[in-house]
Order: sequence, then C-alpha cells, then structure tokens
Amino acid sequence: MKTQNNKAWFFVLPVLLLVAFSAVIPLMTVVNYSVQDSFGNNEFYWVGLEWFQEVLASERFHNSLMRNLLFSGLILLIEIPLGIAVALAMPRRGWGVSVCLVLMALPLLIPWNVVGTIWQVFARVDIGLLGHSLAALGVDYNYTQDTFDAWVTLILMDVWHWTSLVVLLCYSGLVSIPDAYYQAARIDGASRWAVFRYIQLPKMRRVLVIAVLLRFMDSFMIYTEPFVVTGGGPGNTTTFLSIDLVQMAIGQFDLGPAAAMSLIYFLIILLISWVFYTVMTHQDSDSVTDSRQGGNHQ
Amino acid sequence: MRPGNGYWRRIVWQTDMAKITLNNIAHSYDSNSGHALKPMSHEWHDGGAYALLGPSGCGKTTLLNIISGLLQPSEGQLLFDDVDVSTLPTEQRNIAQVFQFPVLYDTMTVAENLAFPLRNRRGPDKLSNTEIQQRVQQAITMLGLEAMANRKARGLSADDKQKISLGRGLVRTDVNAILFDEPLTVIDPHLKWQLRTQLKQIHRQFGHTMIYVTHDQTEALTFADKVVVMLAGEVLQTGTPQELFDSPQHTFVGKFIGSPGMNILPCELQGTQALIDAHRVTLAREYPSLTGVIELGIRPEFVYIDDSEQSLPVQITGVEDVGRHRIVRAMLGSHPLDIIVPEHQTIPTAPRVLFDNKRINIYQNSQLLGWEHPS
Repeated sequence: MKTQNNKAWFFVLPVLLLVAFSAVIPLMTVVNYSVQDSFGNNEFYWVGLEWFQEVLASERFHNSLMRNLLFSGLILLIEIPLGIAVALAMPRRGWGVSVCLVLMALPLLIPWNVVGTIWQVFARVDIGLLGHSLAALGVDYNYTQDTFDAWVTLILMDVWHWTSLVVLLCYSGLVSIPDAYYQAARIDGASRWAVFRYIQLPKMRRVLVIAVLLRFMDSFMIYTEPFVVTGGGPGNTTTFLSIDLVQMAIGQFDLGPAAAMSLIYFLIILLISWVFYTVMTHQDSDSVTDSRQGGNHQ
Repeated sequence: MRPGNGYWRRIVWQTDMAKITLNNIAHSYDSNSGHALKPMSHEWHDGGAYALLGPSGCGKTTLLNIISGLLQPSEGQLLFDDVDVSTLPTEQRNIAQVFQFPVLYDTMTVAENLAFPLRNRRGPDKLSNTEIQQRVQQAITMLGLEAMANRKARGLSADDKQKISLGRGLVRTDVNAILFDEPLTVIDPHLKWQLRTQLKQIHRQFGHTMIYVTHDQTEALTFADKVVVMLAGEVLQTGTPQELFDSPQHTFVGKFIGSPGMNILPCELQGTQALIDAHRVTLAREYPSLTGVIELGIRPEFVYIDDSEQSLPVQITGVEDVGRHRIVRAMLGSHPLDIIVPEHQTIPTAPRVLFDNKRINIYQNSQLLGWEHPS
C-alpha cells in the first residue's frame, strides 16, 4: 500500500516542475532581491526587512495604493450591478441569444494594449470621436490635463472592456435556473423583485463570487491600459501600483525596494481576495442558527 | 360563518373552492405542428381527487399548466365555477402547484418558504403578521415539519423539500385546486408510499380539489377517486379505478392499466361467437356484424387454465413468479396471451385456457362496444 502511494507522486511531478519553474523559482528570486542590496558587480548584502519598511513608509506607495483601492472599488460598484442588469435583460431563447453572446464576447477578445490605444485615440480632443464630439458640444474635456477626465476615461474604458465578463458569468448562472422555479414563483404570486431577490440572486451567487474576484484582481493589477492612455498622468494622478512598480524596477533600477513592493502588492491582493471570498461564501453556509422565525420578518 | 370543528375546518368552510370546467380547450405549442392537446371538454368537481394518467408526452403536463395559467390555451375556455378565467394570470387564479422537482427558496428558512405566498399579497388581501404566522404554524404541524421549521431550506432531503412545496399551497386558504406534476419522481420508493398516504389524508381532511399527473398507474389508482387516461393529447377515458379495470373504453386503456395489461386479440364475430384464427370463443351476448378492426379484450386475471372441451390450446413461452401469483406468457396461435395463475396451481405442459365470457370486451377500431360513451 505504502509503495503504491509513493509511486503516485510521479504523476504529480511534471506539474510540480512546471509550477516550480513558472512560479516558485521566479517568486523566490524576488524574495531574494527584497532582503538584499547590491552595488553592482553581482555583490549582494543582507539588509533584512529594510526595503519593506521603506516601501511601507513611503508616501508614494500610499498614494498609489489609495488610487488602486479607489479604482477597483469604483470598477466593482459599476461593473457588477451593470453586468447583472445586462444579463437579466438578455434573451433566454431564440436567435437573439447567439447575437448577444457574440457581441458580449467581442471586447473580451481584444488585447489590453489595443484597448488602451483605441481609447487613447477615441478620447483625444483633436481627432478622437469622443473627445472631439465632447469639445464640439462645449464640454471642457481633456484627459491629458484634467485628473477627473483622466479617471472617467479609464473607468469608462474598463467598463467597456470587462463588463461583458460579468454579464457572461451571470448569464450562465441565470440560464441554469430550471423553469419550474419561475413557474412556482408565479404560482406563489411573487413580484419581479421577489423573483430576483429570492431566486435569481441566490442562484447567481456562485458565479458572482468568481466575477467579483476576477474583476477585483484584474482591476487591482491594471497596468497596460492606463500606461497606454494616460501614462500615469496628468502628474501622478493615474499612477497605479503596477505603473509605480515598473518605474521603480526598470526606470530607476531599484531592485530591492521594487522586489519588496511587489511582494507587498501580491500580499494585498491575496488578502483582499480572501476577504471577498470569505464574506461571499459565508452567507452560503450560515443557515441553521438564523434565529428569525418564519412569520416574523418581511 | 358556517359551523366547523377547529381552526382548519373553519378555514375550509370559508374557502371558495370551485368546480373547474374545460370548455373545448386545445393547445398547440406552435402553429405549424399539430395539437399537443386536442380539443376537449371536461369537468373537475369541487373537492375531487383526480389523477391524469398517460405515457410521457401525452399532454398531461400541458393540461395541468393550462389549468394553473402557466400556459395560455390556443383555443377554448377555462371556467372556475361559472367565471371565465382563461385570460387571468396565474397569481389571480389561486391555484397551487407542486412540480416534479422540488422548488424551494434556498435562502429562506422552511417557515419563511411557507410564508412566502402569503407575504406576496398586496392590497385588500394582505394578511397581518400574526395571521401569517398562525397559518404557517398550522401547515408545519399538518406536514410534520416542526423539527426543521427554522432551518434553511437548502440541504433538506427530497421528500421534505416536496412537502414544503406542497405546504406553500396548503397555507393559502383560497386555493381553487392543488395540482401535482409527477411529484414523487425524485422521492425514494419507501417514502413515496408514505407521502402518498399523507397526501390522501390531507385530501380527506381538508377536501381540496387535487389533480395529480403521473405516468405510474399504481400512483394514479391509489391516489385518485377518478382517473383520466390520456394518449396523444386526447382523453381516452375518465373513470374510477374499477371502471378502468372492468371496462376500458379504448384498447390502449386496457393495455396501459393493469399488470400485465389486458390481452387484445384480433378476432372475427359470428353471432355469439368470436373467431380468433381458428379458435372459437363463446361470448355472453350477440353482436351484429361489424366493419373495421374487431378485437377481443380479456384481462389476464380472467383467463383460466381449464381442460373442458371449449378451452383453447396455448404454448407457454415463459413464466414470471411475482410472489402473490404467477404471470404466464403464452401464445394463442400467433397471438401473445398473458395469463395470471395462482401460486398453488400447477401449470400443465400442454395447457388449455378458458376465457371468462362475462369479462370479455369487444372493440371496434379500438373503441369498446356496448359502452355508453359519456360525451
């Protein structure tokens, strides 16, 4: 029995090697950099947690982090409800289904830097359709100079690019609800809102967990699009952690602080994702101890 | 208020359950294909326990959904008492329906699930919280769900879920009828029996009109006072279990009801005798000469092994022992014939059989002769 179990490890070995080379070893290199300093010549000196303390104390890091949190918060607040609404409005049968699915999938197929370029041009005041039209309407819009305009442009772009992901996930949750649920709701005289609240939303919960996690992680790690559209400007007002990190690592070649920062960045994403996951799946399981009596609450 | 004994009695007295009338109801799912439900008229009496029996795809569920309003019939009217409700939406018809797969609101507790249809009421029908709680409590007691009343509905067993689905109909005092769409499909066999008994009890106690769709004859015959047998969108016969057994109006009903079903043998009539190939069977009455396909129907229960001079020779092809009796599969000439033989009786190697001629039915083009068609 024992030997059989041990042999089984050989099946896991290829994947283990793959993960080691693709993830573990690069990660350990970063860990290595984050606790050492170098003065060229490939000589390294142990500095302990100094880089971490420096990054955590720096105002530049705080500002970028706040921008990231604000950006991801706004993205989730807009894309999740919008995605649910669009999914609810999509047809369930007939030729409209495939048309809608293809239209929804289109933005998802476009590479990040292309999306950035599209919006960079689209929003330009001199030649862009959006920017020029707004200017013609007398709206004072300029994303290269105005912080608010820059943010509006980035958020619009992200909503345009990624809401369909939420839509597709929610739609898959909705179509998996058997007809009998809607029929029973009609028999019970449930309102449209009650159907949403007690049938559709609970049945979408699992896919919503995935949607929230994906949209949080992706928006928190956003790099290419703001880099292409605003380059982090005007000033530093759209410089997110990722842009900051690249500037530090490649622009300034501060490998130690950059390594420390990327580890902190990674841990923040992990922590927040865990919080989302725990909160959203917690409601799933808390059940028996609910003290509300059947007739007592509305 | 009319007198009654106890709370539930009172509620039942107060309800206005109704006679349900189908007036030339027909339905087709799209205009190109034929009728899923052929034009039919039927009356469901107030407080009756009915079963809609038929093979899959015969239109039972379609008919049920038309009554509850989930489906708009393409033709005809539906009347509750004498009010035309054909165009009323489901929620205004006061129909309860239990589906094949239990439908529960997962995020609510069992009690909240039961309260849900009452809470959805608006306007003059709105109930106070105490009233809702009282009714929910009654339904819980009725179905024996006390232990799980405050549990989330998620994760309960299928039979409990189905009870709760039924409960959502029972809490409503104004239901015109409770419809069941093969409600025991996902229930374990030993619990099926229990649930069906409970259902019968509730019917006896509270007198709701119940219409029960099933393709299982045992379920239909044990549940219902009246069974409606359907085939291909048509009602073939409505009758008590006894009527369906004794005088199936259509050869399909004969074959569908019974285990095994009725033997249907093509024959020729000559006065008081029927000719099955070369074999003569004496009938209880004389028939005129008839055109069309003539068949003789005899239930396996009324074919006896016998050695008189009138009896017919058969070849046995198989014997199935089902415990309380044996089913003998035999051939009468080129026609298969099922015979039920009591456990103790020996089966001879070259048996001859006799038909109980009072139990013989004669069919012309699949329709029973000598039966008053109730149309």
